[in-house]
Amino acid sequence: MPVLAESTTDFSKTEINAALTAEQKRHLLRDMIRIREFETGAFEQYQKKKMGGFLHLYIGQEAVAVGSVSLMGDNDHVITAYRDHGHALAVGMGMDECMAELFGKRTGCSKGKGGSMHFFAPDKNYWGGHGIVGGQTPLGLGLAFGLKYKGLKGCSMCFLGDGAVNQGAYHESLNLAGLWDLPVIYVIENNGYSMGTSQKRSSAFNTCLAERAAGYGIIWDVVRNGSDLYEVREVVGRAVERAHAESRPTVLEIATYRYEGHSVADAKHNKQTLQEGYRTKDEIEHYRKNFDPIGNFSEKLIQEGVTTEDEIKEIRKAAVAETRASVTFADQSAFPTAEDLLTDVYSEVDHNTLAGRTGRHFFND
Amino acid sequence: MRTITYRQALNEAFDEEIQRDPNVFLIGEEVAEYDGAYKVTQGLWKKHGDKRVVDSPISESGFIGMAVGASMLGLRPVCELMFWSFYTVAWDQIANNAGMVRYMSGGLINCPIVIRGPANGGTNVGATHSHTPENIMATIPGLKVVCPATARDAKGLMKTAIRDNDPVMFMENTMLYGLEGEVPDPADGDFTIPLGVADLKREGVDVSLIAHGRSVLIALEAAEILSAEHGIECDVLDLRSIRPLDEEAILETVAKTSRVVLVDENKPFCGVSAQIAALIQEKAFDDLDAPVQRVCSIDAPAIYSPPVEKEQLPTARRVIDKVLSII
Repeated sequence: MPVLAESTTDFSKTEINAALTAEQKRHLLRDMIRIREFETGAFEQYQKKKMGGFLHLYIGQEAVAVGSVSLMGDNDHVITAYRDHGHALAVGMGMDECMAELFGKRTGCSKGKGGSMHFFAPDKNYWGGHGIVGGQTPLGLGLAFGLKYKGLKGCSMCFLGDGAVNQGAYHESLNLAGLWDLPVIYVIENNGYSMGTSQKRSSAFNTCLAERAAGYGIIWDVVRNGSDLYEVREVVGRAVERAHAESRPTVLEIATYRYEGHSVADAKHNKQTLQEGYRTKDEIEHYRKNFDPIGNFSEKLIQEGVTTEDEIKEIRKAAVAETRASVTFADQSAFPTAEDLLTDVYSEVDHNTLAGRTGRHFFND
Repeated sequence: MRTITYRQALNEAFDEEIQRDPNVFLIGEEVAEYDGAYKVTQGLWKKHGDKRVVDSPISESGFIGMAVGASMLGLRPVCELMFWSFYTVAWDQIANNAGMVRYMSGGLINCPIVIRGPANGGTNVGATHSHTPENIMATIPGLKVVCPATARDAKGLMKTAIRDNDPVMFMENTMLYGLEGEVPDPADGDFTIPLGVADLKREGVDVSLIAHGRSVLIALEAAEILSAEHGIECDVLDLRSIRPLDEEAILETVAKTSRVVLVDENKPFCGVSAQIAALIQEKAFDDLDAPVQRVCSIDAPAIYSPPVEKEQLPTARRVIDKVLSII
C-alpha cells in the first residue's frame, strides 16, 4: 500500500513556495487540470477505439509531474517511463501533438511512430516516454553525465514507478550516479502497485523504497503526501539545489495514487473485494476523496485567496475545450503513410548525406 | 607505406578523434588506467585524462545506457565492451534505446554512439565469451554494424563510425589485434573509409568468396591454396560493413564468377551469410551456375577444447572443400 498521508507541515510557507506569485500558483493548478482533462478525454477516445495499444493514465498523480517540472531551469532535463502524458503536458507540450500521437497520426509529437508510451520533446528538455520498465534510468543518468561533461549547471530528473526499483538497470544507475557524482534525481512515483502487484508483494525494503539509495551513498528523501503540490515542490526543490550546487544525486520517493488501472485495459483494479481483484473500489474512493491533488490544491488556493471556485470552473472549462479541440485536430489529421515507415530510422539517410546514400540500409524488396 | 598493428590502428583512430572533437570520449571497463584489457586504448588515458577516457565499473547495462543518454545531448561516446559477448546484459539499452530512440521520437533525437570490442571465437574462452553478434545487431533497423578485417580498415572505419550520426556497432577481433598491416601515415592527411563499401581483397574469375571480419583472412588463405593446388582463382570480397551493406559489390562479383561460397564466423541459422544468400538468390539467380554455399561456425555453442574449437570455426580446409564441390 502507498504511504500517502496528510502533511503535518504547512509546505505553502516554505521559502520555495512562498516565493510563488498568485499568477504562478494559478498556473500550476491550471497545469494539473489540463493533464486531468486531457487524459479523461483520451480515455473516452480510447473507448471509442480511436487508438490502439496501451493507455497508461496519470490521473491522481498530477501534482508530482507539475510540482517537479515547475522547478526546472534552462539546463534541467526530464525523462520518464511509459506513464508519460502528465510530464509531457507539464513541460509544455501541446495537447494537439499529444492527442494526435495517441491517435497514431502524422501530426503527433512522434509522427505517430511512438504512441502513448513514447512522447518526446527535446526542445523542452523532455527525453521521453520509455516503454521498458526501468529502461530509462541509465538514460536519465546519461543526461546528467552530459551536463557535467559540458560543464553546465543543471540536473536530470528521472521519474520511475515503484515497480521499476527492482530492475537491475536502476541499481547499476544508482551505483554510477553515486560513484561519479552525477546530478541526477531519481523520483520514484510510488502509486502502490506495479501493475497488479502491490508493493508489499514485489519489493523487499526496510522503511521505504528510496532508502535503498543509502547503500550507494546517495541522499534520499520522501514526500509523504504526493497529492500536495507544495510538499512535492519543497522536497524536489532541495534535490534540485543539491544537484546544482554539489553535483550530487538524490533519490526521492513520492507517495501518490493512480485512480485508473495500470493501463486502461486493467480489469482487476477496481473490484468490490480483494478476492476479485488487486484493489477495491472503496480504496480508490478513499484516495479520490482525501488525496486528490487538484482538489487539494484548489482548496488551498481558495483559502489563500489566490483563486475562486468560479475561476477554477473556468479553468476546467477551458481545459475541456482545449481537449475537445485536440480530439478534433487528431481526428482530422492524416495517418503516416507506408513511406513514413522508413524515415527516422537513420539520421544519415534522412538527411541524404553521403553516408546515408552509401550502401544498402534497408532490406525490403 | 608504414605498417602497424590492428590494435595500434584503432588506438590511432581514437587518439585522432578525441583531439578532433571535444564531444568524443571513451568509456569502458579497464580502458583508462589499466590501458585496456587488450591494450587497444593504451596510453590514451595518460595523454587525454579522466574526462576523455573513463573507466567504468563492470556494469554494461548502466554505462552503455548512460552513454546513450549522453549521446542524446550531443556527446559522442565510444563504449568498449571487453567482449562483445557481454551485449546480452546491455541488450535493452542497445536495442530499445540506442536502436530505436530516433524512430520512436519521430526523428527528434539522435544517438551518435559507437559500441566496440572484440567479437570472435577461437581463443578458448568458452561459449559465454565467444559470441559473434553482428547478425543480431544487424536485425535492428536503426543500428549500423561494422566488422573490419585489417588494420587499415579498422582505422578508417572507426574514424567514420565515430563521426556517424547513428549508433554504430563495431566488431573487432582479439585474434586480429596483433596482426600488422599497411595504414596511411597521419602526416599524409585525414584517413577514413566510408561505411557500406565492400573491398575486393583478391581478384579471381572462378569463384567468389564473400566474408567479413577474420573470415576474410580464412578466405584469402583458402584462395591461395586453391590457386596453387587447383588452379582455381577466387575473388575475395570483404564486406567490411554489414549494415549498411554494399549490395552492388556483392552482385558484381557474383555476376563475374557465377559461383559463390560465403565464409562467416556466425552460426548458420540466421547468420549474416543467410541474409547474403537470400539477397543473391533474389537478385542474381540467373547469374548462378551452382547453389550458393556457406562455411559457418559449426552450429553448437562455442566449445572450449582448444583443438576442437579451431575446427568449429570456418577453416581454409572447409572453404576449399566447398569450392571444389561446386566447380
